[in-house]
Amino acid sequence: MQIAESQKTYDVAIVGSGAGGGMATKILSDAGFDVAVLEAGPFFDPAQDEYRTQLRWPWESPRRGASSDRRSFGDFDAAYGGWNIEGEPFTNGDNTDFWWFRSRMLGGRTNHWGRISLRFGPLDFKRKSIDGLGDNWPIGYDDVKPYYDKVDKLIGIFGSRENIPNEPDGFFLPPPKPRLHELYYINGARKAGIPVIPSRLSILTKRINDQRGMCFYCGQCNRACQAYADFSSGTCLIFPAQRNGGKVELYTDAMVKDVTTDREGKATGVNYINKNDRKEYHLKAKVVVLAASACSTARILLNSKDNVHQDGLGNSSGLVGHYLHDSTGASRTAFIPELADRKRYNEDGVGGLHVYTPWWLNDSKDLDFPRGYHIEVWGGMGMPSYGFGFNPNDLHKIIGGNVGGYGNHLRDDVKKYYGAFLGVSGRGESVAQKDNYCEIDNEVVDQWGIPVLKFHYQWTEHEVRQAKHMQDTFEEVLEAAGGVLLGDKPGADRNYGLTAPGQIIHEVGTTRMGDDPRTSVTNKYNQLHDCENVFIMDAGPFVSQADKNPTWTILALAWRASDYLIDQVKKRNI
Amino acid sequence: MDRRESLKSMLLGSVAGGMIITGCSPENETPPVPQKAESDGYGRTDYEKAHDEKIYEQVFLNEHELETIAVLCDIILPANADFGSATEAGVPDFIKFIVKDMPAHQLPVRGGIAWLDNYSNAEFGSQFKFLDPEQQKQICDLIAFPGKTRPEHLAGEKFFTRMRNLTLTGYYTSEMGVKDLGYKGNVPNNWDGVPADVLADHSVSYEQEWLDKCVDPATRSEIAEWDEEGNLLNG
Repeated sequence: MQIAESQKTYDVAIVGSGAGGGMATKILSDAGFDVAVLEAGPFFDPAQDEYRTQLRWPWESPRRGASSDRRSFGDFDAAYGGWNIEGEPFTNGDNTDFWWFRSRMLGGRTNHWGRISLRFGPLDFKRKSIDGLGDNWPIGYDDVKPYYDKVDKLIGIFGSRENIPNEPDGFFLPPPKPRLHELYYINGARKAGIPVIPSRLSILTKRINDQRGMCFYCGQCNRACQAYADFSSGTCLIFPAQRNGGKVELYTDAMVKDVTTDREGKATGVNYINKNDRKEYHLKAKVVVLAASACSTARILLNSKDNVHQDGLGNSSGLVGHYLHDSTGASRTAFIPELADRKRYNEDGVGGLHVYTPWWLNDSKDLDFPRGYHIEVWGGMGMPSYGFGFNPNDLHKIIGGNVGGYGNHLRDDVKKYYGAFLGVSGRGESVAQKDNYCEIDNEVVDQWGIPVLKFHYQWTEHEVRQAKHMQDTFEEVLEAAGGVLLGDKPGADRNYGLTAPGQIIHEVGTTRMGDDPRTSVTNKYNQLHDCENVFIMDAGPFVSQADKNPTWTILALAWRASDYLIDQVKKRNI
Repeated sequence: MDRRESLKSMLLGSVAGGMIITGCSPENETPPVPQKAESDGYGRTDYEKAHDEKIYEQVFLNEHELETIAVLCDIILPANADFGSATEAGVPDFIKFIVKDMPAHQLPVRGGIAWLDNYSNAEFGSQFKFLDPEQQKQICDLIAFPGKTRPEHLAGEKFFTRMRNLTLTGYYTSEMGVKDLGYKGNVPNNWDGVPADVLADHSVSYEQEWLDKCVDPATRSEIAEWDEEGNLLNG
């Protein structure tokens, strides 16, 4: 069967509708470009009731919000899919346990993420200069700062001006007041001698325009907001681009297979499978923007082979897929006896932490690991869902009394311990390694006939030692907060509780940027060294990831790359 | 489109083929305010609707098993002066569904009920559900207290623990259970910090320097403006 050709040739084909694809859509369509956005999942708008999970009660779901293979983070989480996508597998090499979270839907993973929106600081772009590991970025904070500023104002973020050198301030909306368990954390952190400041989340505590509503404090940002009061790519970038009169055509359920090229190796568009009729189509475009997520973009590039690009598009360096890295993670929980039998009131707040601890030891010479981590805080009287009430009185082992039983005393047990926990999680920077990578698994295809990714990933001693430091810190701060630590402290046998690579869902680095085409895949404007009309606007071009969540930097770099793309088209360079 | 129709359309493959430009744009030009549910669904994709439909149509637990579960549910969580029992909160229906939806529950629940009946028959000459409450209590006391269970009753203990977990989670995720628990959220509101009486109860307070940074609920609907340095000018 022949591949059906699109009637027209778009100015730009944008593959992926998450943070990077959404920003490219907004900037390029505002500039008058005719863009096609290809998304591998269905349309999604949280304001339309058929998609809405926000403000639903647990009993509206027959499984009471439990997670499943269809939604890894539960029935009410906005992200379709997750750790498994039916019919779209990936494989792991020997001794690798890589986890890959994918969400097939308009807006991708931005629909459910934690909205923690931290700028990289000046040190974060130049870590090799400090510890000799990995590589420096070809750009620095000053190159990106104007774009961080613009992202803050366009999308909205709350936070506070703190003048901490490597935690740059931005254009902040005011933060919400801390919750009760967060006051306990603040007290613990003060005693332990570590800083704690208001968190920085892309949630509208204050109005920023007439198109989006304000946060109404349901604590459910992971369910996507019907008032558009938090950042997701559909609600804050793609819909506004359409409303602005932009020429934006959405191709949903369109699974991109490869980038097509002409005889000279220049991109001519993309081939995709329409998931509804299972047929292959060719969409013609003058420029291709890949923003399918770091690993999906690497997969598309490696599956795009022609006579000019024999090892895959953009892969003359052999580095596409390499330097894959995720954040480190570790957690600990404590029971706070003073919070037992607490008064009830609505403390849902915003959909995430109101306070956090930024990395505080940049100047320390005594650490046995490089880079750092920040600490996230959780707890409170949340809405019950499947799993609530399990092992209702296990804490009696600590404070005395029978475990188990039956009858009305169970009500008292459940109520006593409700909201009496304080948890902390570290999120840290790993060191990018060339030997951690994804490649095409030639033996396996997905249900669309496209060869899948195979992962190879090992943590190094750097990440393990960092996790050990996290555990020591967690103990100190939770005990200082008046907590009784729960569970055993994970030791060396368990890598100090270090999460498996991929589990923090911050995978970056597969198409890293640099000035030298032999050691990098894109230039400092996210443009492939090997193919001038292909740009990578997801987290693939990250040289290193900082201990910061990547989304705000994806957005800033996608805006910067889009400006460069516009300029290059105007100058007729591409 | 109701659940059944949507399933039918999927099976018939009547989804539009060919070019799939979805000219969809957001339904509302202005930000919507939270409102009551307009549809019966809970935000499912077609794939999820088909899964739910399949589960609803399956039968796993038989009448006897469901009756035994109902008896156990109300032993675990009877009514009190203010709230109904687990069965009055609809817990057996939840268990009936979840055992189908999570196949890992199936063998332990079925085998556990059979274990309970075997034990009841041996001890009292009748299935568990027909025993009088005092006899039922005697058996439960043997298997309801982890750490105190005789080795030969451990399978019963595992089963009882599973039933306790499912009963409590079913109850506290029901409308009655959420009310009983006292959860106050899941409604639009204007968070302005921990109530003063709670702060006092816990001997904690907000630092003034911290409070000065926080949002003013009264003026937050004004559109934010900043100076060139990023200082917020209004609020």
